[in-house]
Amino acid sequence: MTLPEPSSPLLSIRNLSVRLPGTGERSHAVKGVSFDLLRGEILCIVGESGSGKSISANAIMGLLPSYLRPEQGEILFDGQDLLKQSESELLALRGRRIGMIFQEPMSALNPTMRVGQQIAEVMDTHNAYPGTQRQQRVLELLELVGLPDPRTLQHSYPFRLSGGQRQRVMIAMALALEPDILIADEPTTALDVTTQAQILELIQKIQRSMGMGVMFITHDFGVVADIADRIVVMEKGLLVEQGVAAQILDAPQHPYTQRLIAAVPTGRSSVTAVAVGSAPVLDVRNLMKTYSTGGGLFKPARVVHAVNDVSFTVARGETLGIVGESGSGKSSIGKCLLKLQSIDGGQIFFDGQDIAPLSQSAFRPQRQKLQMIFQDPFASLNPRHTVGRILTDGPIANGVPRAEAERRARELLALVELEASAYDRYPNEFSGGQRQRVGIARALALQPDLLVADESVSALDVSVQAQVLALLQDIQQRLGVAMVFITHDLRVAAQICHKVGVMHQGCMVEYGTPEQILSNPKQLYTRRLIDAMPGKAWDRQRADASV
Amino acid sequence: MKDFLRRFMKNKGAVVGLAIFLLVVGVAISAPFLYDGSPWMMVADPLMTPFQDAQYPLGTDMLGRDIAAGMAYGAQVSLLISLISTAVAVIVGVAIGAIAGYNGGWLDDLLMRITEFFQTIPQLAMAVVLVAIFTPSIYSIVGAIALVSWPPVARLVRSEFLSLRQREFVQAAVVIGLRPGRIIFTQILPNAMSSIIITASLMVATAILTESALSFLGLGDRNMMSWGFMIGAARTMLREAAWMSILPGLAILLTVLAINLIGEGLSDALNPQLRNRGEK
Repeated sequence: MTLPEPSSPLLSIRNLSVRLPGTGERSHAVKGVSFDLLRGEILCIVGESGSGKSISANAIMGLLPSYLRPEQGEILFDGQDLLKQSESELLALRGRRIGMIFQEPMSALNPTMRVGQQIAEVMDTHNAYPGTQRQQRVLELLELVGLPDPRTLQHSYPFRLSGGQRQRVMIAMALALEPDILIADEPTTALDVTTQAQILELIQKIQRSMGMGVMFITHDFGVVADIADRIVVMEKGLLVEQGVAAQILDAPQHPYTQRLIAAVPTGRSSVTAVAVGSAPVLDVRNLMKTYSTGGGLFKPARVVHAVNDVSFTVARGETLGIVGESGSGKSSIGKCLLKLQSIDGGQIFFDGQDIAPLSQSAFRPQRQKLQMIFQDPFASLNPRHTVGRILTDGPIANGVPRAEAERRARELLALVELEASAYDRYPNEFSGGQRQRVGIARALALQPDLLVADESVSALDVSVQAQVLALLQDIQQRLGVAMVFITHDLRVAAQICHKVGVMHQGCMVEYGTPEQILSNPKQLYTRRLIDAMPGKAWDRQRADASV
Repeated sequence: MKDFLRRFMKNKGAVVGLAIFLLVVGVAISAPFLYDGSPWMMVADPLMTPFQDAQYPLGTDMLGRDIAAGMAYGAQVSLLISLISTAVAVIVGVAIGAIAGYNGGWLDDLLMRITEFFQTIPQLAMAVVLVAIFTPSIYSIVGAIALVSWPPVARLVRSEFLSLRQREFVQAAVVIGLRPGRIIFTQILPNAMSSIIITASLMVATAILTESALSFLGLGDRNMMSWGFMIGAARTMLREAAWMSILPGLAILLTVLAINLIGEGLSDALNPQLRNRGEK
């Protein structure tokens, strides 16, 4: 990455503090933050959830909720303090001088308006490009953001577009009036890796050609390594480190930055070999699952093959990673294994017995052997039950005496590194990472032979993610359970799995050890997936450095 | 629980409502002690106006029956019928809604078609027909009101179940091997309880109105004095003795209003995040 010519700052944030209401743990959402955004650079603001990175961006746009008011500091843009501007003055700036892209492309577009109209509306609001020029400009923008066939596409409604295409439309809207500053708040977090790589490339290309300043907010150091010129690292509302990208990535000074960088999944295997020759716990053969929608009296139903003829085995003590992008059918496999969904064909041998044809009630006694760790730590625990109850419900339902179940639950809390006092508390008193630990303890309470982890770390911050992954790996090796680890992140899978299966459109297109797949992918799709992994070049450097 | 009380008390309307409702309950309970005779007994001259005689503070009707006694016993009837019929309707509605929402599929279709069948007939018309067929008595009135008021509960519970069923903690309960019955009672129902309680509180108010309407039409229990009956009986003398209709009418109005206020307070207290609606 080359550094642009030093120039005067486009935007200066000076000593910004935003106070939090009430008497919580923290008095400020952001405290004493100062940084500059230069013309023609991409500035990455990195931090975990709650670090105040989005609050800073929203303060620039004047989009803070009414209970959050900047307490002190100034945001200088063109010699004016944006915090002192009235709402109507800000209206003139937003969209025209400062554009913004949001995280959720699914909800950032108006679902009842055609996308062309939505882009034109931005120009209409600011009375730019009058008359026929406006139509021309819409087509130009759609072309610029790389959407296919702009003439037809401008008449589409957002629901017809994929997540990546919607994000491109959002970028087109933000760029409509050629703003000086583009603020992108986690614009690729909700997207698949291959789409993310394309969007990052697009943002970089446009930034270079238009020479604007881009403020890019993210939690992913891989993304940062790919696009940043300069980096600002934030922790709990404080700016802990800022500097040129290469310097921060390769020689971080602050311990927090060092921790964050160390926690980025490396894609390098850290697994120990399994005892060879152990019989498979799980043997899945030709699994099929189809969804059909929209069938009516006179029209045939649309059939989607979510899982199409997938076979794999998992041995005791082994971890199988199932990697795929959204819609690849990876989560459907997990649900089918646990019989949370019926299947349309194939066999699932668990401990030598085909569980596929069993009815729910016939399968129930066996459920304790097959456990699941869920994706969302906030939705997977009943908010009205104490942690103790969550952990003992399963064993008691399976015939363990209450005293024994309680004793075991307390042991498990220690195993997943939670305090003993957690037993009597409710889920809302815990952070996301702690809740996920409770979820893991719940799965382990039944002493399962097979654990299915469905995107179990994707909702967590990187540093917490690294801890939970280490915990999972440790427990798995100590207890010798088999594990099916479903994820969208090839780096994570490569790190903790013995075998990896890559899913694409319902089929398992590639299956092998992580080294095989990463170094010598056979399928075009796998290669695309590997190329799209954020921070690849940087990662290679790190690998070389650590050898 | 303490939080719940604090949030409930913050809503001034709800506190006023609760005070009025407790007053009505107090009157209903103490009716037999205040007026030991039957409210149907002719005790004084007919058509005494309120405050004319200290012994009959609210006056007497055209047959010389004490209106104050009638009001007190009427409170008993209104509360008894509305509470029991609501309880029955909620139990039926929750059962049907839970089964439909948890199982889905053809069972859901069948139960929802039955629910819709009940919803397409106007509530009061159906209650009138039912009471007329089964001869007016406290049992037929409670039954009729319960029968016309369960469908909204069933629909509400079904939709709550449909969304809660998909939540991960319910799937987790399936995975650890809990039986469907236990999942419904320990996992889903407690999380649907707040909306059920709020709906039930408003149903009590509707039941009071329905019972009054039935009594007004002469379909009340013959042995029980009720507010609706008093209005119905007094309507022929509306011009000569308006107070005979106005007083029980006011009682109905205040009780229904009080219950609605309580319902709103419960809604605020049970769903604190909805409290700041629209405000950021």
